[in-house]
Amino acid sequence: MSIQILSLLANAAVETGYMVLVAIAIGTALGGPLGVLLATSGRGELFEMTVFNRVVGGIVNATRSIPFIILAVAIIPFTRMVAGTSIGTSAAIVPLTVAATPFIARIIEGAVRGVDAGLIEAAQAMGAKPLQIVFKVLLPEALPAIVLGLTLTTVLLIGYSAMVGAVGGGGLGDLGIRYGYQRFRPDIMAAVVIVLIVVVQLIQTAGDRLARRLNKRVR
Amino acid sequence: MIRLEGLEKIYGGGRGGVTHHALKGIDLSIEKGEIFGIIGRSGAGKSTLIRTINRLEDVTSGRVVVDGVDIATLTNADLTIFRRSVGMVFQHFNLLSSRTVYGNVALPLELAKVPKDEIAKRVQPMLELVGLTDKSDRYPSELSGGQKQRVGIARALVAEPKVLLCDEVTSALDPETTQQILDLLRDINRRLSLTMVVITHEMSVVRDLCDRVAVIDDGRIVEAGNVFDVFVQPRHETTQALIAGEIEAALPKSLRRIIHDGPGGPGENPVVKIVFTGPNAYDPIISQLSRIAGIDFNILAGQVDYIQNRPFGILFVEAKGGIDEAEKAIAFVQSRNLKAEVIGYVDPDSVPAG
Repeated sequence: MSIQILSLLANAAVETGYMVLVAIAIGTALGGPLGVLLATSGRGELFEMTVFNRVVGGIVNATRSIPFIILAVAIIPFTRMVAGTSIGTSAAIVPLTVAATPFIARIIEGAVRGVDAGLIEAAQAMGAKPLQIVFKVLLPEALPAIVLGLTLTTVLLIGYSAMVGAVGGGGLGDLGIRYGYQRFRPDIMAAVVIVLIVVVQLIQTAGDRLARRLNKRVR
Repeated sequence: MIRLEGLEKIYGGGRGGVTHHALKGIDLSIEKGEIFGIIGRSGAGKSTLIRTINRLEDVTSGRVVVDGVDIATLTNADLTIFRRSVGMVFQHFNLLSSRTVYGNVALPLELAKVPKDEIAKRVQPMLELVGLTDKSDRYPSELSGGQKQRVGIARALVAEPKVLLCDEVTSALDPETTQQILDLLRDINRRLSLTMVVITHEMSVVRDLCDRVAVIDDGRIVEAGNVFDVFVQPRHETTQALIAGEIEAALPKSLRRIIHDGPGGPGENPVVKIVFTGPNAYDPIISQLSRIAGIDFNILAGQVDYIQNRPFGILFVEAKGGIDEAEKAIAFVQSRNLKAEVIGYVDPDSVPAG
């Protein structure tokens, strides 16, 4: 394999990493609080807001039911508004984030709901305020599940990042489509696939290990 | 210390229309420094009742007065401070799995924004009190059930509460561990002169731990009083049923199987149950019985307990004679203000030797 192909691969990998990491970071910053609120705003819960819960839950479901490739194309005007352009790796972060946010919200919601209600009651009995319950009880107890969920999201976004090539984003997926498929270069296609497999394996293993380290429940 | 006046709690009644009347006019007064038991079957309302004392449950009507304060009037901020003065221990421990033993015990102080060095000074003596100093850095998953409950107790006491609420604290523990936890609670009550409210469905917990007891059934207090009096002279059928379980336990299953209802067949002997309480409980009753009835008595099973340092015993004896002699013996026992009755008949050959 030539130096040229290696540099193409390296470049594409960096682009993918950049897109996915930024989308995960922004998605967690937005989806995290949203997920905590979804988990705690139901009837009789810590921050009871049933209307909010139903409306946000509905929006989250709606966003998640749109196939990513359609979402990416449909929000091009929004992407242009936010990123100034709709083409390029940075612009591709916008649809990736829009897809990641509701996904992460549901992941965090699930993780927080997995915390035993008895712990909330115990904290209330100790005189904990609602925000203290979130930061001292719910999030620390849900952390292993959150780490696993974010690992899952990362792998999912690597897959999505291949599709943003279609709207002008770069990255490994774009490389595979343009060189591997359209220019009939099976060697490049194979290289892309192998890199993706290795990267996903590494991420999953790292996420599993971290979650296991954080989980003090079973030893 | 704690006064409950006309507590009513009705759940539901929203759009679903299904309501559940959990508490139906509860009046109770709990004195400072006493261990007050509330016993009832599951679903009787006892968990709801204990949760009204720290307002984990709001009442539908009635008043909860703790240390002179009607807690329904507390604002959210005041409620937070009030709850720090009421410790709570739970059936399933409710420890944070992500925190060590030390971290769990420190949590109430962290929530109250106590400085770190002060927290260390207060957590250590608590761990000592419950005997877990060497487990300070362990996680709850590494502990046994009894140790977890000790952590729960230390956590409930670290903020120096005036009241300790115990919600079925031994129900998830084996009998031996249960005894250790009850001893610990007794010891804490004496040392800290802490007011304790203990919810349980086990009469043995009331017997071994409490000073006074209230029996709750279907949302109402059906009987209340000194533990010894309630035990010896249960008036309500729920109380009788709860105590009967305890007494049944004194008669081993192997014996229960060979004792059958009357009338006794030829050669079969009556089995008499004698309940000892009060001042005559120390009398050498069996040898007196033999003399009066003119027959021998074979002790099949029995147990003598001390409730609040007063003897309370049950004896199952086989009257080695007919029903007439047995009746004579019963009359004698009753003349001594003790209780006795024929509970069945047994074939002497089927009684295990020894």
